[in-house]
Order: sequence, then C-alpha cells, then structure tokens
Amino acid sequence: MTLIEARGLRRDFAITSKAGWLRRRTRVVTAVDAIDLTIERGEMVGYIGPNGAGKSTTLKMLTGVLSPSGGSVRVCGFEPVPQRTQLARQIGVLFGHRSQLWWDLPLAESFALLRHVYGVRESDHAARLAHARRLLELDAFLDVPVRQLSLGQRMRGELTAALLHGPHVLFLDEPTIGLDIVSKQAVRAFLTTLGATGDTTIVLTTHDLADIERLCRRLIVIDQGRIVHDGSLEQLHARHGSRRRLVVDLDEPLGMPLALPGAIIESVQADGRRITYALDGNVTSTGEILRRLTEVAALRDISVLEPAIEDVVARLYLRRSGDPLHDAAV
Amino acid sequence: MIAAQLRSQAQYRTSFAIDVAGSVLFGVLDIASVLVLFRVVPTFGGFGFAEVFLMAALAVTAFAAADLAVGNVERLRVYVRSGLLDAVLVRPLGVLVQLTALDIAPRRVGRLVFGIAMVVIAAGHAHVRLTPHSLALLVITPVAGAVIFGAVFVATATVAFWWIESGEIANGLTYGGLNFTQHPITIYGEALRRLFAYAVGFAFVAYYPTLRLLDRTDPLGGPVFLAYAGPLVAGVATAVAALLWRIGVRHYRSTGS
Repeated sequence: MTLIEARGLRRDFAITSKAGWLRRRTRVVTAVDAIDLTIERGEMVGYIGPNGAGKSTTLKMLTGVLSPSGGSVRVCGFEPVPQRTQLARQIGVLFGHRSQLWWDLPLAESFALLRHVYGVRESDHAARLAHARRLLELDAFLDVPVRQLSLGQRMRGELTAALLHGPHVLFLDEPTIGLDIVSKQAVRAFLTTLGATGDTTIVLTTHDLADIERLCRRLIVIDQGRIVHDGSLEQLHARHGSRRRLVVDLDEPLGMPLALPGAIIESVQADGRRITYALDGNVTSTGEILRRLTEVAALRDISVLEPAIEDVVARLYLRRSGDPLHDAAV
Repeated sequence: MIAAQLRSQAQYRTSFAIDVAGSVLFGVLDIASVLVLFRVVPTFGGFGFAEVFLMAALAVTAFAAADLAVGNVERLRVYVRSGLLDAVLVRPLGVLVQLTALDIAPRRVGRLVFGIAMVVIAAGHAHVRLTPHSLALLVITPVAGAVIFGAVFVATATVAFWWIESGEIANGLTYGGLNFTQHPITIYGEALRRLFAYAVGFAFVAYYPTLRLLDRTDPLGGPVFLAYAGPLVAGVATAVAALLWRIGVRHYRSTGS
C-alpha cells in the first residue's frame, strides 16, 4: 500500500533583500524542485542531503506545515495542507530542532495533554506509553518539567510524544542531532524495534550517516532541491564507483608493488610491506587477488574494508559545487 | 487542557498572583481615566460623566472578555518567528484553538470581573431603567463587543504571517481600539470616525448601545436600530478575521531547518 506519493512536488521561496533606500529586490529560490516520491507501507527511508538541499522543506510539505508551490502530494490518502487535521491523526512528527512538548509541564502531563489533543482512548494511550517507558527508559525523568531535561532525555520524550496516538507514518527531522553516543544508540534501537513490526512507516532526515546505515534499507539523497539518488545503499555505492579496499601486510617488502588487473594500488606504506588496493568488484574477486599475491609474497595479514558511506555521500555533495556538468553527471 | 495550563502556571504561584492583581489594575486604570477626564471637563463630546462611564465600562468588559479568550493570539508572532508554529501545525486541532486554549492566561480574568462590576455600577449610576429590554441589551452588548474585539485581535495577529517584524501594529488596533470605544465617537474627526467606528465596527461595542440604554438620540443622526447591530457587526468581523486567518496559515513559510 502506498502511503506517501508526491508528483512534481515543488516549493519556491521569495527572498527579499534590500536594494537601496526603501527599494527591495525579490528573488525566487526553488527549495524543492519537482521531486517524485513513492513510499510504501512499512518502509524505513533515510532522506539525506547537504544543508539547504530541501530536506526539511519536503518534510514540511508532507506533514501539512507548508503549502507546495506546485505538484501534487498525498500522505495516507490525504492532501496534507487542506486536510491537515485529519492527516495529523495519521502521522507522528519529530523536529529535532524544536520541542513539541510543553516547556513548563512534566513529561507525564505533556503526554496526558496530548492524549486529549489527539482524542486517544485511555487504554490505548496507557499501553503505548508503557511500551515507550520500557524501551526508552523514561521512568527516571517522567515527573521532571521539560525545561529541566537533558537533550537526550528530551528527545526520548519527543519520540514518545510523536508515537502516543499510534501514527501510521513517522516523520523524524534529525532525531539524533546533538545527542551523545548512548542516547543515539537508544533512539536507534527503539526505531529498529518499531520498524521491525512493519506497521509504522518511517521517514527520517539526518546528517549522521550511521543512522542510515543502521536503520534504513532505502536511501533518498536530495541536492539543490532534486533527488539525486533513490535506492539502497549498495546501489548508491555501485553507481558512484565506491570500491572496497584490500589491505595486505607482507613479511618482506616487494621490490615493486604488484600490479593486478581490477585492483588499483592506492597506497604503499611501511617500506612496501603494506599495500592498499582499491577493488573493482566487477573485474576481479578478492580471492583471485589473494591467490596472485601468495604466488609472489608471504602474507602476514589481510583485511577488507567496506566502502564508507561518508565518502560516497561527500563526493555526491561536492560534485555540485561550481560544476556546470552536475546535472549531466547525475 | 485548561486544567493543565492552570497547573503549569501554578508552578509560579507568586507571579500568578501578581499577574491577576496587575490585570485588575489595568481595569482600574481604564476607568480611572474617565474619572480624571471629568474632573477637568463637565461634558465630553456632548456627553456627561454617567454616560461616558457606562460606555467605558461596557468597552472594558468587552475588551477583557476578548483578551481572556483570544488575547494569546498575539503570541503568534513568537510562534512564527521561532518556527514553533510547525509543532502546532502537525497536531490535529485548529491553530487558533491551540494558540488560545492550550496557552490560556487565566490571570486575565481579573480585568473581566472588574469590568462586569463597573457595568453594574455605571448602569445604576446612570439610572438605566431595568426592563427586560435594557437587561438584554446590557448582556448582549459586551458579548457582541467581545466578539468584535476578538476578531480584531485575530485579524491583527495575522500580520505576523506576512511580516515577521510586525511588532506593535497589532497593539495599535487592539489597545487603541479599547481607548477608542471607551469614549463617545462624537469626539473624533470625520476620517478617524469613518475608519474605526464604522469600518472596523468599534462604534457598536459601546457607543450605540449606550445611547439606547440611556434613551438618547445620536448627535450624529444615526438611527435607533444601530444599538442592536452589534451581533451583526460581530458576525461580519468574525468572517473577515477567519478569512484573513485562513489565508495567513496557508501563507506561513516556516523557518530554516
């Protein structure tokens, strides 16, 4: 079942700047430029892009906060802006940058208030809250006013608040921003459990690519308002030529590093005793390379490094800066 | 929801008490200005103390009721500026309901209670004959007036959707409106009167009903039925405010990230 469908979704912003005394110049900036998006029920989608790429703008259009400038969008069968309140019952939203909770109220009372706002049945509410309390370990600070919570505690509270009405889709805008390792892991573990049931569709934006690696099978990359990748992480690596690396440590240095088909020598270290090859998976296999190596040298140690998501994404982001061929390249 | 608000505010008990006292004080000052005025002049715009007193009391009551119900809408500016409105927009209730009911200021009740007391005293002082007709007018007038003020509160708050630095514009019309309605409209110049008394509808908050309550004819020659036009004007004002509000919410552009 398709839960989110966008066709040619666009959002322009008029930016006015001063141009002399009382005169103003207006410039139109397209934050989201005709994107197409289809997300099925139960998917867990990572939505990434550099700052200003249009991630948050997209999310705001999907949640009914912002009106699109063009195109069509449906979430859970609703048009987000005209049917905002109906949609709000079906979705949960967490903005990492701003709190949804009542600043002066203890968490427990914020949750009680939200039950009334969403009109959730007492028993459903209690069951969901108990579940969240257990998994997110909320008990220690349930009675503390929100303003006194640490960021990690608050974010766990926000996550609970976004889920208490049992939404079908959960939108998370940078849910791990500013969190320490332990809190990040708590949030990720919770989301993994949630996603595993297949009932809740999750769309999350993040700058922490570890979030994506741990949580999302599908990755959408947006840059300058356009989608530049939509698929799995492996597909992203394949498309952008990410290579696995083979590091071999030898007993004795070779007179000349061995050149092999399908493996590029990236570096030679430790007086020639450590060689790093970048592998082209299509041409040769790791086993083949090892066989060739053992013919000429004594191996002490080998290790295979998976391609780092950071590298490929950074390359994707960098590509656009001042490069007129950018559009052609992607 | 309101109970939670009260609990939230009760966390600062002393400041709550001070706020209530301050709210009453505002009402006192509103009426005191009339008293001071009549120490200097015997009549004002062709009206005596008792008459202007009643006008002021009705105006204060209407304003205080509107302030209590939707006065918080002026915080829209803060919500738009900080992007907090995003969080409001993803909840399944109207934005106006959330901004007012979820963030109500019970301290403002002080001014309302004071205003009602003043209406009773002023009506007695002006020897308003107590008939079912005059009683009905005395009840309907502050209610309609409150709706008119409420519409002005909401309509002026929407400026924040277009112009984030809207600052004191809203206060000019709301608090300025209170000042306007407290006095007979005969004292204002033609242009000012057309704009605020008729276009915005402030003449129907206290002026015309007071004329009728005291059996006076309008020095400006307005027909008697204008005393009963309050609810109608309130309806129109509400429709205009609602329209502006809807357009405003659609126009909201949020903030970065």
